[in-house]
Amino acid sequence: MSDQWGPDAVMDRVRIDATGMHYTPLNMAIRAAVAEGAREIEIDHVMGQRFIADGLKGDVRLIIHGVPGGDLGMFMSGPTCIVHGNCDHAPGNTMDSGLIVIHGSAGDAVAHSMRGGKVFVRDSIGYRGGIHMKQYRDKRPILVLGGNFRAFLGEYMAGGLILALGPPPDSPIRERGIGSGIHGGRIIVRGDVDDEYLGVGAQKSPLTREERDEISPLIREFATYFRRDPDVLLEDSYVQIRPSSSRPFASKYTWE
Amino acid sequence: MDGRAIRSALSMMDERGSGEGAGYVAYGAFPEFADYYAIHVFFDAIHETKAAVDQELSKWGTIVHEEEIPTYEQQNIRKIHTPWRYFFQPDARLMPRSTTPEDDIIMHLVMKVNTSIPGALVYASGKNIAIFKASGWPEEVADFYRIQDYKGYIWLGHNRYPTNTPGWWGGAHPFNLLHWSVVHNGEITSYGTNRRYIESYGYRCTMFTDTEVVAYLFDLLVRRHHLAPELAVRALAPPFWDEIDRMPGGEAYLNRAIRLTYGPALMNGPFAIVVAKPDAIVGFTDRIKLRPLVTGTMGPRLYISSEEAAIRVMEPEVGDITMPRAGEPVIGRVYS
Repeated sequence: MSDQWGPDAVMDRVRIDATGMHYTPLNMAIRAAVAEGAREIEIDHVMGQRFIADGLKGDVRLIIHGVPGGDLGMFMSGPTCIVHGNCDHAPGNTMDSGLIVIHGSAGDAVAHSMRGGKVFVRDSIGYRGGIHMKQYRDKRPILVLGGNFRAFLGEYMAGGLILALGPPPDSPIRERGIGSGIHGGRIIVRGDVDDEYLGVGAQKSPLTREERDEISPLIREFATYFRRDPDVLLEDSYVQIRPSSSRPFASKYTWE
Repeated sequence: MDGRAIRSALSMMDERGSGEGAGYVAYGAFPEFADYYAIHVFFDAIHETKAAVDQELSKWGTIVHEEEIPTYEQQNIRKIHTPWRYFFQPDARLMPRSTTPEDDIIMHLVMKVNTSIPGALVYASGKNIAIFKASGWPEEVADFYRIQDYKGYIWLGHNRYPTNTPGWWGGAHPFNLLHWSVVHNGEITSYGTNRRYIESYGYRCTMFTDTEVVAYLFDLLVRRHHLAPELAVRALAPPFWDEIDRMPGGEAYLNRAIRLTYGPALMNGPFAIVVAKPDAIVGFTDRIKLRPLVTGTMGPRLYISSEEAAIRVMEPEVGDITMPRAGEPVIGRVYS
């Protein structure tokens, strides 16, 4: 079977040409391939198709060439998406588990409301990265960034970890509202952040030895995906941003 | 450039609309009538309403040429208005106390027709500027007017998802007044304040939607008050006070002065906007970036879009995709 709309199946590897394809038939082709036991699906000529791999379950690897549209991997539970290109808004939106690796940049609200799994972005992201990430029991989402981020990183964050490995220490962060409204989770930034860029309810502190050790595997994983030298990143200084108390906004909602 | 590229770009973003309004503008579309104001009118029951518009125009100048705008039936577009264009030469002597008499006559005519002649709506009034809009999907509106038959050196396109008022032909973007055209994604929640402010300068809001104030604000701030486009954007989407407090002396003074002078022009709410005039385009977002904006360049061309894919479908090899900072204008100038 090898018509231009359908998956060209060879054993457990499938290749799909997404040229001119709407996202609905594209996602149907992806789901059909997964149902037939595909372990790796390579998609060529992706151009703005939204919702790729949304709600997808299973042990499958998607290799995406091109620029996917918004909400890549939304509600995804288990699969891996490797993107060779830039992502639009909110890749990893409310993702449950799995892995997204973006060899490029991404738009606003990356990892929006993410619940579990990992998102790695090689380059820069837009505004509100990691907005309202959350965690519960063993579910702890992780967002790792290699480039710059814009304002309101980790806005309303309720859990999980954001690790910002860029920008390099010689280009200081000038993005306002980092961790604005944060009430759970942690944001770890390479270099330093001036207090004026911290959001409401966010507090800055140095990393302990144990906390540094905890991020080392993530730095090595990032370096492996993007062929970067981990040593420079491992040796550099980091600062973490957390909620200023266990319930920083209690007074906004309740009388105690 | 003809209209095919921008049609293909908008069709990447059908999800952003609801089929209730789409439109395009082309600068440089009427080379044979480039010196005349291209006044576009939607007529209801044209046999009853057109005479009044003709009469109003004749008071202020000469209709050099006029025609029904050619349209081509589309399955989902109900032609409830008749789109018409006049090429018009105002008589500058009739506005003797103005420094820009021709523009002021046209502005007066637009406001006059739109507020006093029921069944006629002027939706464009610039020189050498063609607007194509209707209720429908972007592809249908493009085919309805056959925008591939027009050439322009600036194109804007828009796909609408009306939220606060019903969709209608006059509410589709781009909005135009004189040389200004505006496309907008978002909501201007300060519309009431902005409208009261702009109406105190003689503008009249008649399109039942927020975006038209942007066209009028640019006309007031740039054409009439002679602000540079950068400063006009600064007035509409200014830095926060705490940012101004941290600026060096002169810069802080300027920004404070703009905020104080143009307080009622400040726009609140989520927006990403592109404004065009004959020699430039400017794109900007609200100050906390509640709507997307992506830019790219290819040779001498600047592209501004809500999504990268829409740029890439026109220019697959575009290199420098960037996301401008909130409130920071991206300006493309026309070099002839």
